Amino acid sequence: MLPVNDIIHLAVTGLAQGCAYGLIALGFVLIYKATEVVNFAHGEFMMLGAFAVLAYSEAMGGSFWPAFVLGCLSIGVVGYLLDAQIMRRIIGQSSASIFILTVAFGFIFRSAAGMIWGWKTLTLSTPFGGTVTIAEGLTISSGRIAIIVATIILCSVLYLFFSKTRYGIAMQAASQNQLAAYYMGIPVKRLVSVTWAIGATIAAAAGALLAPVTQVDTTIGFLGIKALAGAIVGGFGSIPGALLGCLLIGIIEPFADYYFPAIKGVSAYVVMLLVLFVRPEGLISQTFQKKV
Amino acid sequence: MNAPLLELRNIETFYGPIMAIRGVSLRVHQGEIVTVLGANGAGKTTLLKTATGALDSSKGQVLFDGNEIQNRDPDWIARQGIAHVPEGREVFPLLSVAENLAMGAYNRRDKQAIAADIETVYGYFPVLRELRNQMAGYLSGGQQQMLAIGRGYLAKPRLLLLDEPSLGLSPTLVEEIFDIITRLNREQGLTILLVEQNANAALRVSQRGYVMEVGGIVMDGASDMLLQSDDIKEFYLGKKEQGIRGRRRWKKRKTWR
Repeated sequence: MLPVNDIIHLAVTGLAQGCAYGLIALGFVLIYKATEVVNFAHGEFMMLGAFAVLAYSEAMGGSFWPAFVLGCLSIGVVGYLLDAQIMRRIIGQSSASIFILTVAFGFIFRSAAGMIWGWKTLTLSTPFGGTVTIAEGLTISSGRIAIIVATIILCSVLYLFFSKTRYGIAMQAASQNQLAAYYMGIPVKRLVSVTWAIGATIAAAAGALLAPVTQVDTTIGFLGIKALAGAIVGGFGSIPGALLGCLLIGIIEPFADYYFPAIKGVSAYVVMLLVLFVRPEGLISQTFQKKV
Repeated sequence: MNAPLLELRNIETFYGPIMAIRGVSLRVHQGEIVTVLGANGAGKTTLLKTATGALDSSKGQVLFDGNEIQNRDPDWIARQGIAHVPEGREVFPLLSVAENLAMGAYNRRDKQAIAADIETVYGYFPVLRELRNQMAGYLSGGQQQMLAIGRGYLAKPRLLLLDEPSLGLSPTLVEEIFDIITRLNREQGLTILLVEQNANAALRVSQRGYVMEVGGIVMDGASDMLLQSDDIKEFYLGKKEQGIRGRRRWKKRKTWR
C-alpha cells in the first residue's frame, strides 16, 4: 500500500492531467455538437498554442500572461478561419472525407510548427515552474495546480456563456436543430466558426498551461487522442460527460502506470474499451429521440 | 390590388435528379391567410423550403415585398421578416420553453416589446406559461406545435409560414391550433401562408387556397369556392358523390394529371 502522501500526489497529478485532457475534450465536443465533425487536428491546436505562447513570450522578453492571452487568441483566430474558409465548404460530404481532412490538417499543423519553430524540444518559462509544499513530504508542482484552477475558471466561464447569454443559447440551439436555428434568423454559419474559435482557444490554453509538464515540441498534440478517449468514456455528445470521462482517465492513469508499469500509457484506452463494452453510449449520454 | 407580400414566380426545385417543384407560381397578399393543399409528396414542404432558402431553386424567382430573395441563406431571409414554422415542430429539444421562445426573437433588440410579445404568446397558449421552465423535448406533440408557432410569432414576422401545423394532433387540438391561427391573423394582422393536408380545417380559416399535386399547382381560388368544389370534396374531404355520374368521374379522373 502506498503512503498517503504518495496517493495524494498521484491523485493531484492525475487530476491535473485529467483537467488538461478535459480542456482539449471540451473543444472536441463543442465542435462535434455544432457540426458533427470530429476534429482529429484538435490536439494540434494545443500544440500550436504552446508554440504561439512561447513565440510571443520570447518576442516580449519573457512576460508570460500577455503572451498567454495573445497566443490563445491567435489560435482562436486560426480555428475560426479553418472553419470559415475550409471546413464550411466540405460539410455535407461523406464523413470519411471529413475525417481524412482533419487528420491531414493535423499533419500540416505539425509540419508547419516544425518548419517555423524547429523540431527540437523547447522550454516555455511560466510563472508556475516551482512547487508548492502542502504538508510535510508532500510537494506538488504549481504548474499542475495552475491547470486545475484554470480548468475550473474556464469551465465556469463557458457554462455561464452557454446557459445565460443570448449568443451562447443560440449556439446551443444551432447545435440541437440547425435548420430551425436558420429559420429563426440565427447566423448559424458564423456561430459554428465561433465554436471552432472557442474550441481552439481552450486547447491552446491547455497547451500553454501544460508546457511546464510536457515541454514544447511538435508531438505534444498527440495528447489530443487521449482527450478523445476521455470524451468517448464520458459520452461524446455531452460536455459534463466529456469532462468527467477525462478526469476519470486522468486520475486512473498515474495509478495504473504505478501498479502496472508494463502497460504504461495505455490505461486510458483500456478504460475506454471497458466503458464501451459496458455502456457504449458513454457514462453520461445526451441523446434525444425525435418526436413525430 | 397592391403588390403581393410574397410572390413565387415559376419556381422549379430539384432533389438531386428529381424535379420536386415544377414551375409553381403563387401570391400571398398583406393580411391574408392563404392555404396550399396537397397530399403527401405533392411538394408542399419543398415549396416552403425553397421560399425560405433551405433549398435552392434552379429556376424562377421568390419576391418578398417586391425584392428578389431566392437562393439566399435561410437566416438572411428570416431576418427580412419571414418566419418559417417547419413541419414536425423542430423545437430545440434541450432548451426550455422560455429559451425556445427567446430564440424566436434572436434578431430583436427591443427587450420590452419582446417581453410583451412573450406575454401575448402565453395568452394564446396558457399551457406554455405553466411549462416555461420545462425542456421542450419533453413536451407533447401539441404543446411542441404551440411552442413552434409561438417561437415563429416572436420573430415579429411580416409573413408566417406554417407547415402542416395539424400533423399528428388530435381533432380537438387541431381545432384549437386553427382557432389560434385565425386569431393571430385577425388580432395581430399577421399574414399567413398555411400548408396543409387537412383541407377542411385549412380552407375554413383561409381566404384563398392553392391545390398542389406532383410538384405543380392544379387549382386555385377563394377558399369557400374550393370547399364547394367537387374535386376537393372527393379527394380531400372524402365525400363521394352518389350515382352514375359520380362513379364515371371517379374512373375518369383519379388525379388531376
